[in-house]
Amino acid sequence: MSATGDLDVRVPIGGLFTLLGLLLVAYGLFQPRVAAAAFTRGGQINLWWGVVMLAFGVLMLLVARPPRNGARV
Amino acid sequence: MAPVLTGVGLRWIDYTIIGIYFAFVLGIGWQLRRAMRTSTDFFLSGRSLPAWITGLAFLSANLGAQEVIGMGASGAKYGISTSHFYWIGAVPAMLFVGLFMMPFYYGSRARSVPEYLRLRFDEKTRAFNAVSFAVMTVFSSGVSMYAMGALMHLLLGWSFNVSVFVSAAIVLTYILLGGLTSAIYNEVLQFFLIVFGFAPLVIVGLNEVGGWSGLTAKLSALAVAQGHPAGAYTHAWQGMDSPAHNLIGVEWFGLVMGLGFVLSFGYWCTDFLVVQRAMAADSMDSARRTPLIAAVPKMVFPFLVILPGMIALVIGGKGIIPAKIGAGGAPLLDAAGKVVLDYDLATPSMLMHLFPNGMLGLGLAALLASFMSGMAGNITAFNTVWTYDLYQTYVRKDADDQHYLWIGRVATVVGILLAIAAAYVAASFNNIMELLQLVFAFVNAPLFATFFLGMFWRRTTGHGAFWGLLSGTIAAAVHHGLTLPAGAVPGVKGGYFGVVTTFRSEMGQTFWTAIYAWTTCFVITILVSLATRPRKDEELVGLVYALTPRPPSTARAAWEKPAFLGIVTLLLLLVLNLIFA
Repeated sequence: MSATGDLDVRVPIGGLFTLLGLLLVAYGLFQPRVAAAAFTRGGQINLWWGVVMLAFGVLMLLVARPPRNGARV
Repeated sequence: MAPVLTGVGLRWIDYTIIGIYFAFVLGIGWQLRRAMRTSTDFFLSGRSLPAWITGLAFLSANLGAQEVIGMGASGAKYGISTSHFYWIGAVPAMLFVGLFMMPFYYGSRARSVPEYLRLRFDEKTRAFNAVSFAVMTVFSSGVSMYAMGALMHLLLGWSFNVSVFVSAAIVLTYILLGGLTSAIYNEVLQFFLIVFGFAPLVIVGLNEVGGWSGLTAKLSALAVAQGHPAGAYTHAWQGMDSPAHNLIGVEWFGLVMGLGFVLSFGYWCTDFLVVQRAMAADSMDSARRTPLIAAVPKMVFPFLVILPGMIALVIGGKGIIPAKIGAGGAPLLDAAGKVVLDYDLATPSMLMHLFPNGMLGLGLAALLASFMSGMAGNITAFNTVWTYDLYQTYVRKDADDQHYLWIGRVATVVGILLAIAAAYVAASFNNIMELLQLVFAFVNAPLFATFFLGMFWRRTTGHGAFWGLLSGTIAAAVHHGLTLPAGAVPGVKGGYFGVVTTFRSEMGQTFWTAIYAWTTCFVITILVSLATRPRKDEELVGLVYALTPRPPSTARAAWEKPAFLGIVTLLLLLVLNLIFA
């Protein structure tokens, strides 16, 4: 445990993906008309991919080992 | 120079996403700052990480941006055959190192690959490997920085200097703070970022070209128009009977032996950059599972990194890969008068054209992540080899552990500074870098023969290993010097001793150079070993297969056993090859 300082890597991964997911969802909702430079079929991609990332981020946070004294998952 | 690929241009949302990613990278280092108490913590993560983490890091450390960009480029050039670099050229070697070699690396408690050579053979063999490896890591790191600076300038108009120094500073900070743990955690983070950054690119791209069937139809039409068989881009094994019948310009034997055996086993089984990740695992079982766990995503990575290149070739009717620009600013033309495409821009061009703002930031963050982890992987391997194999061996033998921890941190700073210097050398003297990479290729080609004999033939001696390595390296240089790929002039591409054979492609030449180097090393090592005195059996326990008890597996469930994982992976590999044959 010493060389990891009790940091579970799933916490920063979960945190990053949750944050980026939320950001993309919000951007997708408020800026629905941003178009890609040349191809547009991915239109709402910010929104739906943001949801996917958010789901993954939350999942990672859920399975992460609780900090010290918690029961190990 | 104006950026040539700007599609929509970056907006605040993209910068925010990239900024948040950087903050997390540094945050991981910051969280780990108090965890680095001994040199083993700093260089080997205290051998305390679970297999899934070391496994993903094992994969990720190799997945530098040159890999992501290069595989996209090859996808556009050679089509799905590029997946041979993963299926033939990586997975079997990853299974081999996990199942058969890790017991010696991990079991001998060697702290680095050169140190294993010291334990098994002698000092000169270790020194040869340690010095060439240390120099190589610094230069690869520099080349990675150079590639990033150049690409970011081209894509976004960012200053080369700023890109190089900012990325170097970030990598330096998180390694200084959290050592190998920091590098490995960031590699795991980067693995997921690459998956989530590139998967939507493939999904949107395939959607745009009409799915896999649409892509196949378009690529078949393109292949026929270029005078190739219709399946040239979409079948991995078709036309492998002769170099003239496929886009890679290699026949199956050269591919399987050169790439699949010599080069791939030489890299995955002996390169400390990847082996270090497995050495950081918390148990023998975890160490052995590390490359096996990595092999599974490795098998499906072609769909993530090669498909964007293939799609870029045909999307929108005539593709979106820009032409190579010559010195005069006009597009380069080949001998037939056709425009030469800048294949390295295939994947970046897909990012710029298919992603709207928001996703664009994510895609660029993934690209930057792969650049930085490529650098970090090299630097963490460098500081370890420098400290344990060079400094502790030749400068100060018996200092206390804190001293070596401190030296490791100094080596990190010096390594990064040297890498920056190498990046600028690469920027101004392209030929020097090309030449150096050639020399590294010569040194690496025979390596696997030495390890293979060392681990599986107890009679192998230190003299045999050293002279085998040296003669293998020379054989590589000689073979390269006597051959030339079609259309090249003698010089850095080969033929400097006179041209005896011409290969259809540079790849074919590379594969056959490796085959000659390996065979020479194999034969010379055996001959010299037979003529010199072997070490006593007692000294080789734990270092040689026949003298080492099989590691008992503590895995409870069948699916946790290394052998089981290996067999399943092999079956999956076979299925993939049959589907895309």
